[in-house]
Amino acid sequence: MLLLALDTATPAVTVALHDGHDVIASSSQVDARRHGELLLPAIDRVLAEAGLRLDAVTGIVVGVGPGPYTGLRVGLMTADTFGLALGVPVHGLCTLDGLAYAADLEGPFVVATDARRKEVYWARYADSRTRLTEPAVDRPADIAGQVAGLPAVGAGALLYPDTFPKAHEPEHVTAAALARLAAERLAAGRELPAPRPLYLRRPDAQVPKNYKVVTPK
Amino acid sequence: MADEPLVLGIETSCDETGVGIVRGTTLLADAVASSVDEHARFGGVVPEVASRAHLEAMVPTIERALKEAGVSARDLDGIAVTAGPGLAGALLVGVTAAKAYAYALGKPLYGVNHLASHICVDQLEHGALPEPTMALLVSGGHSSLLLSTDITSDVRPLGATIDDAAGEAFDKIARVLNLGFPGGPVIDRYAREGDPDAIAFPRGLTGPRDPAYDFSFSGLKTAVARWIEARRAAGEEVPVRDVSASFQEAVVDVLTRKAVRACKDEGVDHLMIGGGVAANSRLRALAQERCEAAGIRLRVPRPKLCTDNGAMVAALGAEMVARGRPASDWDLSADSSLPVTDPHVPGTAHSHAHETAGGNLYS
Ligand SMILES: [Zn+2]
Repeated sequence: MLLLALDTATPAVTVALHDGHDVIASSSQVDARRHGELLLPAIDRVLAEAGLRLDAVTGIVVGVGPGPYTGLRVGLMTADTFGLALGVPVHGLCTLDGLAYAADLEGPFVVATDARRKEVYWARYADSRTRLTEPAVDRPADIAGQVAGLPAVGAGALLYPDTFPKAHEPEHVTAAALARLAAERLAAGRELPAPRPLYLRRPDAQVPKNYKVVTPK
Repeated sequence: MADEPLVLGIETSCDETGVGIVRGTTLLADAVASSVDEHARFGGVVPEVASRAHLEAMVPTIERALKEAGVSARDLDGIAVTAGPGLAGALLVGVTAAKAYAYALGKPLYGVNHLASHICVDQLEHGALPEPTMALLVSGGHSSLLLSTDITSDVRPLGATIDDAAGEAFDKIARVLNLGFPGGPVIDRYAREGDPDAIAFPRGLTGPRDPAYDFSFSGLKTAVARWIEARRAAGEEVPVRDVSASFQEAVVDVLTRKAVRACKDEGVDHLMIGGGVAANSRLRALAQERCEAAGIRLRVPRPKLCTDNGAMVAALGAEMVARGRPASDWDLSADSSLPVTDPHVPGTAHSHAHETAGGNLYS
């Protein structure tokens, strides 16, 4: 088995290869504005580091967000297209689940990433492998009650100490964590979700003012 | 001609997810998935709606194109993609897909210019482009007069709109008339039953001291909207057919007049018209009439090749391969304002990207 994992839902452009036992190569770069430019060269580098070619990959895992849309789509589109070209399955994993897994916590906690516009994408976890709530997007102040007293990880938590006073690392998701989580679930015979984006917001769209109806003769 | 380059092209600069496949100048497949219906209620293309639709449609559209062409991905000689200009987020989806596909297949990648592609598509209809070629590109996003001596390396802008694109004016007037979106086809339809001389709408930038090849449709748009509003304010019925015909005539009169003048001034005996507005029946007729009178040969591709599609990108990609132009790098980015003078985005000499990716799958 050779899993290629990638995630572009946060400012991190992150790639990892997992051979069924452990991660054998990985790369993470933090640059919120250049997902499109950085991802493919990073994949190329990680493969070269492992001494493998892309056609050795037997499955792909991609972080489905939630995340700011433009960057998020880079990972998903790359994963989908690789799946088409290689004829291998493409799995999706919630990006917050990857962060939770990397946090390696036993008790309840919160994962929050930066949703911009003064909001966070967030979810509550019972432990590093068990998510309790659906991912949501909210203003930190509005969820203060729901996350009170809980440790928190992720850039969204670190950004808003008033709401998340017990925030700590990891700041960003890594593909290595996603790959380990995916490998663990696949080994346990669990199905992974389809690679569909979690936007959580409707597209911004200005509806133009309407003129009075004119019926053509 | 099996030795001609077999190229797959991807286009996502606006609301159409296009995947085309050509062999040299022969069209093999032209698969398009459009999100136009999702934009209709907004009266214009909503970038985020378009980008989401591109992501959904991409893989199925590639599969459809391959099936339609009856070729295998491993036989492709290259993957071409619109690198710009266009909507940034929409372009990025296509560029990302093209890069991943080219990388996985071990094929060269060509990031190409959307406007040059609009010109090059005519090779699929009327054979190799004459050199030089004068091109009038008119759509919802662009209105330009371009002169090209080699579509892979030399495209020179002679003029462009200084405000709205011609297609945009059609959309806006259709909205004022409550005819829906997009406006081009429906105004064309009403105009056929109207009188183009009924109302004297202004012809922008046609004065003796105005720039000879630039366009302006903003003043026209305002004049038409005001005329309609005045009618409504007076409680009179708006003659939709006459307004459509007179507005359309003002647009195509200026477009054809300037294009023919550019041909004469530059001594070019061919005029190519592309872009979505090239589907307009009155534009085609008037251009034909004026070109004939001036001894210019007119080349207009069939309407489906005039609107945004992947075949036009594949056509330019095939020309890049045929002329040995350098491929793009794996860090190719979408450039929403890629200059028209860059027909493609060649890789830098220092990049090793293509060496490492030389043999990914089938090579
Ligand atoms: Zn176009």
